[in-house]
Amino acid sequence: MSLDTALTLGILAPLVTAILVPILAVRSNWRDAAGPIGAVITFVAALEVAMAVKNGVAVNFTLVILGEGLSIAFNVTPLGAIFGMVASGLWILAALYTVGYMRGNHEKHQTRFALCYAVAVHAAIAIAWSGNLLTLFIFYEVLTFSTYPLVTHKESKEAITAGRIYMGILVGTSVILLLPAILWVWTTTGTLDFTKGGILKGVIDPAYVPFLLALFAYGIGKAALMPIHRWLPTAMVAPTPVSALLHAVAVVKAGVFTMLMVIVYIFGIDFLSETGGSRWLAYVAGFTILASSVVAITKDDIKARLAYSTISQLSYIVLGAALATAAAIEGAALHIVMHASAKITLFFCAGAIYVNAHLNKVSQLDGLGPRMPLVFAAYFLGALSIIGIPPLGGSWSKFMLMAGAVDAAMPIMVAVLAVSSLMNVYYLLEPVWRGFFHPVNAEIKVSNHRLTIIPPVLTALLSVALFFGIDLLTPFTTQLVMP
Amino acid sequence: MNIAMNLPALVVVLPLIMSVVAAVVPSVRISWLVTMATVLASAASALANMLSNAYTRSSYELGGWPPPWGIEFVSDGASTLMAVVITVLSVASTLYAKPLIEIEIHRSDIPRVYGAWLLAIGGLLGLVMTGDAFNLFVFLEISALSAVILIAMGAGRDRRALPAAFNYLIIGAVGATFYVIGVGFTYAVTGTLNMEDLAMRLPEAAPAPVLVGLAFMVVGIMVKAAAFPVHIWLPAAYGYSPSAVATLLSAVATKAAIYILARILFTVYGDMPEITVLILNWILIPLSLIAMFVGTILAIYERDLRLMLAQSSIAQIGYITLAIGIGTTASLSAGYIHMVNHAMIKGGMFMAVGALTVAIGRRANIGNIDGLGRAMPLTGAALLICGLSLIGLPLTAGFISKLYLVYAILDEGYLMITALVMLSSALSVIYLWKMVEVMWMRPLPKGVVVKENPWIYGPLWLLAAANIIFGIYATPIIHFAELAAQSLLGAGG
Repeated sequence: MSLDTALTLGILAPLVTAILVPILAVRSNWRDAAGPIGAVITFVAALEVAMAVKNGVAVNFTLVILGEGLSIAFNVTPLGAIFGMVASGLWILAALYTVGYMRGNHEKHQTRFALCYAVAVHAAIAIAWSGNLLTLFIFYEVLTFSTYPLVTHKESKEAITAGRIYMGILVGTSVILLLPAILWVWTTTGTLDFTKGGILKGVIDPAYVPFLLALFAYGIGKAALMPIHRWLPTAMVAPTPVSALLHAVAVVKAGVFTMLMVIVYIFGIDFLSETGGSRWLAYVAGFTILASSVVAITKDDIKARLAYSTISQLSYIVLGAALATAAAIEGAALHIVMHASAKITLFFCAGAIYVNAHLNKVSQLDGLGPRMPLVFAAYFLGALSIIGIPPLGGSWSKFMLMAGAVDAAMPIMVAVLAVSSLMNVYYLLEPVWRGFFHPVNAEIKVSNHRLTIIPPVLTALLSVALFFGIDLLTPFTTQLVMP
Repeated sequence: MNIAMNLPALVVVLPLIMSVVAAVVPSVRISWLVTMATVLASAASALANMLSNAYTRSSYELGGWPPPWGIEFVSDGASTLMAVVITVLSVASTLYAKPLIEIEIHRSDIPRVYGAWLLAIGGLLGLVMTGDAFNLFVFLEISALSAVILIAMGAGRDRRALPAAFNYLIIGAVGATFYVIGVGFTYAVTGTLNMEDLAMRLPEAAPAPVLVGLAFMVVGIMVKAAAFPVHIWLPAAYGYSPSAVATLLSAVATKAAIYILARILFTVYGDMPEITVLILNWILIPLSLIAMFVGTILAIYERDLRLMLAQSSIAQIGYITLAIGIGTTASLSAGYIHMVNHAMIKGGMFMAVGALTVAIGRRANIGNIDGLGRAMPLTGAALLICGLSLIGLPLTAGFISKLYLVYAILDEGYLMITALVMLSSALSVIYLWKMVEVMWMRPLPKGVVVKENPWIYGPLWLLAAANIIFGIYATPIIHFAELAAQSLLGAGG
């Protein structure tokens, strides 16, 4: 497979899947096979592209040139290669899980669901591989609009209200803040290409840097920085497969990915650390980390608790980007992968509990552990990875982030990370503790839909594998911060 | 004498002459065929004219009389692109008119409606092509009077079309009179009516009449362009006219007037920036900003879909006049890009709302379109595409408009204006979403059976597809829009 083919295939395969879904809808088995098959093809293409990037080969493709310094173009960066692999790889499991969940729950409108789901993945892959800010912005918006029907899937009053908040915050911030920020960059530099070392150094007055960064940080609503985080918990009314892949992986990671791309390839790490223009962002991220952990503790609904945990974890990545040191950026990049595999596990488990036992509150899980051992074991591993305990992948990224905070001479951020980990222990492990150490509630019937149980087990094992296989990822992260 | 030399005249004259034929043929079908053939031929001429004449200014002397005494038709980047937009959108609207006019208008009236239809198109094209200030007034009246007839034809289904047409007649006549008074002033001090000639002589003429003339002309044209606050004729005219007429008018009518505004400000008064800057900075820009918000907010509170789209047009016209008000090459290209794109967007949306109206058999409003998006997937999807383009979602034509508009504003350093544009376009999501929620998130009421007619959704999809194609492959529109901006600014100085 040539590189161009791989690139095109990776971007188009999800889109073709989306087009095939309504055509194949005559037989629900055919329709449901389209997702997993499309996912495998996309993943293979993403691997091919990533290997080339790892070896330093340029993978790029220009779709259309609109004007001076303005084009829709793809150019895979090391960070994009990682994100592409994560999104497509986890899509395989999520696609299988989706089938189990939607059928087990007898959901309506499964065709529309599958179609929008595939379009959303398409947008995520295109975001990952975009070669300039314009392309990234285009697919960022596509991702918002394609996930709207998924958020409002239940069509209840609550879902429609959630949809309004979702669209209002994500579209509002991106149009009012992000697009002007992008155009600001374009008018000052004449280009929007992601360039090693950044494009702003020497052309923008350092005094403006904090303002431009603020436009980006609050324009990228998907990174869920406080106080524009509200859309994420409300979006949890969506079916769990959406929360799992989209609101733990594709959508929110697209947000922090954009943040990282802007900091590394538009501002430039050196430029930011020289001017100190991103220090304020580190404090905002630190506040978000702690505040959302506190909120998470108060939530009894499993998905709401996980949502606030996600907000907190996203700010780890924003923090890494804001610290703007090599170690912190590497840690942030790794955290995209680690948090994705761990959080998707937790959501898969939450969904499995809902489908198989029809429970959605932490306080209802008493004694459920022995009756759903695989689900709870997977949940346990995922939670440990987020807390950052070896031998789970999350320990690497947290370690790098702490090292980065020390490098940036902001040791207070080490304390923030440590306190947040402690709170993680409490609110993430409570379900496990209740499940195994509280008396059994025999009235609850537990069924056994295999397609909802196998995917979380696999992603949990992936979190373990990422601890030992970290060498596979470091070549990308070192390339990312290499001057 | 070959055809290529006469293209600029053919574009205009074909619809004007054929309007008589379309009006007198006895058969509805033949009348439509005549109309369709005419707009197609006119569109082909306009396209050919743009491809050959957009790069340099060329003049066509009507009847062989050389300017400044004779009337000339000017083909340059600005006028040829406008002519293409008008004719191509007319083709789409005429296709759409076939089923809609037969449904909405009494059979015996139809041939005469097509006559007025062609006359309106010919008048608008004449407005765009002419290089003579008084001849422009003639075309202004031709297009206005025929548009009044077309709007009044909505009375068969809704009597409110009659006051709408009457208002348009009166307000439009006031506008045209203002314009012609302005021309009178400039003629008095320069002794010429030719625009190029005026541009040369005005700077040397007595300053007071020159200024007063400009003021009268600009106000008159702003009425025709439905610029805030002289837009009040527009919502009713678009809201109660027959669906096909609303489509045609919303797509092209005000655009031609906006073009005239740019022509007057940048060609006729092109050498006098010290005067025009007053109008641009102190009248056009502030009024445009108000229009963006007034139109959007009224659209948010409007329940009737046709009126909602009409209010949204006020806001969209605000974006275009804002671009003209900024007055740089970049902003004029942005204005042109949005004129082209908004024609495709609003034309498509009016078509879709017309389709909904036909399906449910009465005026469509937020309360009676529950579930129609799912029951009429093709119409609904096309409406959604045009709507997303309206709010400027990437990969649609509307995004390209917004991108270039904001770039042009930022380039001049107007941060506050950028913020207002962004805010108003974010607000426009609200009224679109009101439609989306009821059309897709609510079940179809029991017992309602709707079906889709390929003659209706066919032309609708032409425009919806164009919104996507030109959202990705926008290069041709950007290219010709830049030529248009250069020729507008270059011609005067």
